[in-house]
Amino acid sequence: MFHLALRMLLGDRAKYIMLVGGLTFSSLLMTQQNGVFQGLLSWTTSHMRNMRASIWVVDSRVEQVNETKALRDTDVSRVRSVDGVDFAMPLFQGVLKARAADGSEKLIQMIGIHSGTLFGRPAKVIEGEIEQLRIANTVVIDELAAERLGKARDGTGVPRPLRVGDTFEINDREARVVAICRTERHFFGYPYVFSSYDQALQFAPRQRKMLSMILAEPKPGLTAAEVARAIHAETGLAAYTVPEFERSTIAWVWRNTGIPASFMTTIILGFIVGVAIAGQTFYSFVLENLRNLGALKAMGASNGLLSAMLLFQALTVGLIGYGMGLGLTAAFGFAVADNGQPPFLLQPVAILRTGVAILIISSLAALLGIRKVARLEPAIVFRG
Amino acid sequence: MITQSTGQIDATTAAVSIRGVVKAFGTGDARTVALKGTDFTAAQGELHLVVGPSGCGKTTLLSVAAGTLDWDEGEVSVFGTVLNNMPRSRVTAFRRQHVGFIFQQFNLISTLDLVENVSVPLLLNGVRRGEAEQRAAELLQRLGLAGKERKRPTQLSGGQQQRVAIARALVHSPRLLIADEPTSALDRETGHQIMDILSGAARTPGRSVIIVTHDPRTYSYADRLTEMEDGRVAGVYQGPTLRDFISNHH
Repeated sequence: MFHLALRMLLGDRAKYIMLVGGLTFSSLLMTQQNGVFQGLLSWTTSHMRNMRASIWVVDSRVEQVNETKALRDTDVSRVRSVDGVDFAMPLFQGVLKARAADGSEKLIQMIGIHSGTLFGRPAKVIEGEIEQLRIANTVVIDELAAERLGKARDGTGVPRPLRVGDTFEINDREARVVAICRTERHFFGYPYVFSSYDQALQFAPRQRKMLSMILAEPKPGLTAAEVARAIHAETGLAAYTVPEFERSTIAWVWRNTGIPASFMTTIILGFIVGVAIAGQTFYSFVLENLRNLGALKAMGASNGLLSAMLLFQALTVGLIGYGMGLGLTAAFGFAVADNGQPPFLLQPVAILRTGVAILIISSLAALLGIRKVARLEPAIVFRG
Repeated sequence: MITQSTGQIDATTAAVSIRGVVKAFGTGDARTVALKGTDFTAAQGELHLVVGPSGCGKTTLLSVAAGTLDWDEGEVSVFGTVLNNMPRSRVTAFRRQHVGFIFQQFNLISTLDLVENVSVPLLLNGVRRGEAEQRAAELLQRLGLAGKERKRPTQLSGGQQQRVAIARALVHSPRLLIADEPTSALDRETGHQIMDILSGAARTPGRSVIIVTHDPRTYSYADRLTEMEDGRVAGVYQGPTLRDFISNHH
C-alpha cells in the first residue's frame, strides 16, 4: 500500500511541490543560518588555531581570547618556574593602525611572538621566510592584510596585494614584509600582522604594561589541563587549555552579544515556517483526499495502516526537502568558501539537528492528518 | 394494490440479518432517528434492492449491514457472524475479507491508474503487488476495459468508471457486495449494463448483492426488494408481489 501512498502524493503535483518547497526552505534556513553562526563563532577562537599553543595564560579577569588585560613582564618567569611547564613565551596582541598604499588607515591585529623560538607563529607560510622576523622592522602578514594594505601598481594605478619585500607603515614606523601567511579570519575582521615580540612593542603605543598573554607548553608526559591547573594555583593567573579557552570565549559571546539570539531567532523562524507550510499543505492534502481515505477505510484499511501511509507520505516529502535544503546549503558553503565571507562552518551535529527538526515538522504535519483520519467514519463514503 | 410477501428467509441461507436495529444521529433537539427498530434480511445468491424516499434510512441500513457504521440497539449478523460487540479491528478485518463496495460517486482515486485502483482490496488482504495487479488487470479486461488498464479514472466515461468500481468491489471475491445508487449518475443504457454485471455477480454461489437505489429502471433486476419508509421496512417483495410492485412503479 505504501507505493500507492507515494503515487497519491506525487499525483497531486501542486501540493507536492508546495510541501517539498516549504520543507526545502525550512531546511535551508535552519542549516545555512546555523552554518553562518557556527562560522562566526569559530572566528571568535581563531587566535588559538593561528597561534597553536597548548596553554594560554592570561590575567585572571580575562574571559575570552580576544580580550587583553596586560600582565607584568615578570609573569613570564613566574609561569616558567611552575613545575610541569616545558617552556613559556610572551605574546603581544593589540589592534594598531597601519597605512595602506592608497594613504588610508586600516586597523590590523598585531601579534608579537618570541623572536628566539617564534612560538605562536602561523601554521602556513605561503611566501617568504618567517625566520627573517628576527631582523629589525620586519613583519609577516596574512593574505587579508596583503589585500587590504595593497600597493598601487607602478604606472597603472591599479592596486595589487602586498608582496614579500614591500613596505608599509604601522604607527608611522616602516615595516617590511618578509613573509605572507594564511590564517583563519579574526572575529573582528582585522588582518593579522605578525612581528617579533620586541618589535611589536616598538610598533604599539607605549604603555606601562605591554605583555598581553603567555603561551606555554606542558612537559612530555603531562597534560595541558594538569599544567594549566598548576599555573593557576601557583601564580594566581588564569591558565586555559585550548578547549577550555574556546568554551569560555564562546560562552562570553553568548552572554555578552546579541549574535546568538539573532541567529537563533532566524533558525526558530525557519522551523515555524516549516511547520506552518508543511502542516497546512499536508492537512489540505488530507482533506482533499478524505473521501478516498474513507473509501479505503470502508474497504478494510485499518487506522494503523492509514496513519502509516500518511506518515510515510509526510516523511517522504520531509526527506526530499531536507536533502534539497542541505544541497542548497552546501552550494552556499562552496560559493563563500573562497572569499570566506560570510563565515560558514557546517558541522555534522548541525546537519543532524536540522534532520531532527525536519522529522518533527513532518511528523507534526502527518499528525494533523492522522487525527482527522482516525475520527473518520468509513460510512462517510455513502453520503452524497 | 400491492401485496406484501412474508419475506421469510431461512437462517442458514441468510447473508445479512438485521433485527430491531435503532440508529440515531445527533443529540438533544438535533437528534434524528434514522433506523427505528428495523428488521432486514438478505439471502445468499440474490440481488436485493432497498428502495424508498430520500431520508427514509436506506443508506444508514446499508452502512450498518456493511459494518461501516455503529448502531445503538439491535443485532446485526453477516453470514452468521454476529457483529454486535465485535472489536472494531475485527469488524474492519471482516469487511476487508468479505465485503465489496460500490459507491455512488465511484470513489476511485484519481491519482492512481485503473489497475492500481482495482488492486487495493487485494493489497489490503496481503496479496503481493505483482499478483494483485495481474488479477486486477484480468478482471478489468473481463469487464470490457482491456487496453485501458493504465489510464486514470478521469480519462474514462461515467459508465467505465463505474465498471472499474465494480471490478474493485469484486476483485477479492467478497461474499457480500454493497452498492449505493450505482446507476444514479449513468444514462439508461449504461445503467442497464452495470445492472447486468451486478446481477451476474449475484448469481455466484454464496454471494449476496444489496443495492440501495432510487432508480425504478433497476427494479426489474431484483430477486427481492425491500421498501423503506421513515426508518422502518414498509414492505418486502419477491416473485408475484415484486412484479406488481414494479408494474405499479412504472
